[in-house]
Amino acid sequence: MGNGTSLFVIVVTIANIAGCLWLIWWTSRRNPHDASGSNTTGHVWDGDLSEYNNPMPRWWLGLFLLTILFGFLYLALYPGLGSFAGVNGWSQISQYEEEVRQADARTNALYAPLANLSVTELADHPQAMAAARNLFANNCSTCHGSDARGARGFPNLTDDDWLWGGTPETIEQTIQNGRIGVMPALGAALGNDGTEQVIAYVLSLSGRNAPADWIEQGKQRFATVCAACHGPDGKGNPLLGAPNLTDNVWLYGSTPASLRETVTLGRNNAMPAHLPLLGETKVRLLAAYVYRLSRDEGHDEREDDDKQERGHERE
Amino acid sequence: MSTVASDATAILGSQAHVRVQAGYNDGIVRQFVVMTLVWGVVGMLVGAFIAAQLAWPALNFDIPWLTYSRLRPLHTNAVIFAFGGSALFATSYHIVQRTCHVRLFSDRLAAFTFWGWQLVIVLAAITLPLGITQSKEYAELEWPIDLLIAVVWVAYAVVFFGTIALRKVRHIYVANWFFAAYIVTIAVLHIVNNVAIPVSPTKSYIVYSGVVDAMVQWWYGHNAVGFFLTAAFLGMMYYFVPKQAGRPIYSYRLSIVHFWALISIYMWAGPHHLHYTTLPDWAQSLGVVFSLILLAPSWGGMINGIMTLSGAWHKLRTDPILKFLIVSLSFYGMSTFEGPMMSIKTVNALSHYTDWTIGHVHSGALGWVAFMTIGSMYALLPKLYGREQMWSSRLIDVHFWVATIGVVLYVASMWIAGVMQGLMWRAVNEDGTLTYTFVESLAATQPFYIVRLLGGVLFLAGMLIMVYNTVRTVQGSTIPADTPIPQSA
Repeated sequence: MGNGTSLFVIVVTIANIAGCLWLIWWTSRRNPHDASGSNTTGHVWDGDLSEYNNPMPRWWLGLFLLTILFGFLYLALYPGLGSFAGVNGWSQISQYEEEVRQADARTNALYAPLANLSVTELADHPQAMAAARNLFANNCSTCHGSDARGARGFPNLTDDDWLWGGTPETIEQTIQNGRIGVMPALGAALGNDGTEQVIAYVLSLSGRNAPADWIEQGKQRFATVCAACHGPDGKGNPLLGAPNLTDNVWLYGSTPASLRETVTLGRNNAMPAHLPLLGETKVRLLAAYVYRLSRDEGHDEREDDDKQERGHERE
Repeated sequence: MSTVASDATAILGSQAHVRVQAGYNDGIVRQFVVMTLVWGVVGMLVGAFIAAQLAWPALNFDIPWLTYSRLRPLHTNAVIFAFGGSALFATSYHIVQRTCHVRLFSDRLAAFTFWGWQLVIVLAAITLPLGITQSKEYAELEWPIDLLIAVVWVAYAVVFFGTIALRKVRHIYVANWFFAAYIVTIAVLHIVNNVAIPVSPTKSYIVYSGVVDAMVQWWYGHNAVGFFLTAAFLGMMYYFVPKQAGRPIYSYRLSIVHFWALISIYMWAGPHHLHYTTLPDWAQSLGVVFSLILLAPSWGGMINGIMTLSGAWHKLRTDPILKFLIVSLSFYGMSTFEGPMMSIKTVNALSHYTDWTIGHVHSGALGWVAFMTIGSMYALLPKLYGREQMWSSRLIDVHFWVATIGVVLYVASMWIAGVMQGLMWRAVNEDGTLTYTFVESLAATQPFYIVRLLGGVLFLAGMLIMVYNTVRTVQGSTIPADTPIPQSA
């Protein structure tokens, strides 16, 4: 804030508050012409409207003066009078940083012993998994669901199907740095017929019914247009995040309309990077949590949203 | 003599220039009073409907025009500007004539403000459900409607200040100070906040950006509360409370202090809507300080009203209209205490973004604004239709109790819900994570949304009782000639 602006703010602020003080002083004075007691001011409107001129209640004046005193004190302690920062040096940024520091100090005791454990070790560490479950609810459930089973456009994390690979290391990388999955728009390249043929072929890959001649033509088009990413056999490529098209798992649904949208318009999907938000240990905890979810999937089908267990041990 | 005067009026077409002693212009007041009731029912009906949507979201039926996002602005515009606005036009036109002892400055301009304002409301009711909006709270209407509002408001100012200028009593009555402040300030707020670059008849871009836009918006938003919903209704209070109580105003000097303090201090309080945002610290602090200093000036009006009644307490037993007025002042006192408390940063950190705010607003909007309006309308209506009193005083009493229970249910449920939400959102586990997901706080709030809906439905039911009582009062009445102006003054 420039000096001129600062001065302007200070002058107008103080003038307004001082004006209130003057107003109180000026109207509190007893004037010999004032109406007193049961007499009105002598003004009459609309037949019967008139005014007494009683003194202002003392408690009310006291309250008024008290709030003004508070105001001056507040403006001395906190930023408010232009660029004057206040004598106690407070700012909302410093308050935020202080609160974060305190929170980190509180939780450090819990996270510090976990910092050197690997993803697989953490996955079998009950205390770590209890914290990870809460971290997942706070940071991941908005997109992937509180049961981690995903939604349209957001992968199911409890199955054994992976877009970018399911090793502990790749899961950790995915959470740390995020992922951007792009399917280019191929409507113009394939044309209407070509699109329908490719869709027929893709559906047939996971054993779905489609017209046989379309499948055959689609297979040829697939080899030239799609195989570069999805592989010649359609089993996908985790290095590119290109999905396996043969397993009957569908990120955007398996209806012909949805497939048509995917092929003609492409898809652009993003998983945000969490390392800057959460730091290394918490990201690894989440990686362990997700890793464990899919590892346990075969043996344990139960829903993960049992509220009574929140914050407690799972085992 | 009077026939000659009205003939002259009919021939010349305008009473403004002829200055005939035709009496007060009661017709314009009657029109606005009727529309106050109509828009009150409509606005509160929409309010009850969106309250039900919050409890059961499926009630939007997947129809875009019925979604909460579009009906909520319709509700706020209907109750504030249609219901509240019509009530303010009606009472300010009534009061300025009675306390200046002169007919309105211009009947034609007054009629223009009536039809213009109704057109604004109808346009709002069409465009808002269609999703045509500036996305500024309480200033959603797009630029062509904004221009119409500005023109109507200037006409309003001309009628009001013109009447003041022609007054036959030297002293300007205190109610008119408040109406004057409200008319001038709303003009300034409306114009400054809506400066926009139009790109099509239904779309424009506001010239402000970023935090400046936010600050201008809440400078507008908070002063809309301060001047439209507070100062102007204090004007209403300063006429109808002493009239109904049959007693002089308690203290002229208190009027002076709290008027000037209120209108100057209010201007600064807007930043308390933007605590802990990118608004610079100094502006937030000024919001805190001036909001707190605002407490006493706000209470000045309550004291003047309640102390005016003192000495006439026995009338509360027989006059249900006075009950509306006194409870209105009580809610005014509560809301204007709550407001400064909520502007303290530590309190705001808990209350902000929760339903506590909604409870606070409705404690003011239903408890103060609507109660004051209802009381004043009950006092005005019979006079405007040549009756001694309303058809049924008993029904006014029933209305009073139904509405009071409605407000209490509404406000109490939102207080509890708000504090609960604030506590749930900030609850933290040992491991530093949040204890509750957002949807859990929603699930916990649902029962309170249902209680709030019940409160709102009761308040709406009270309005329907009022409409029935009004219809019975008006039925068979002959509309009286304009009230003659006293010549002695």
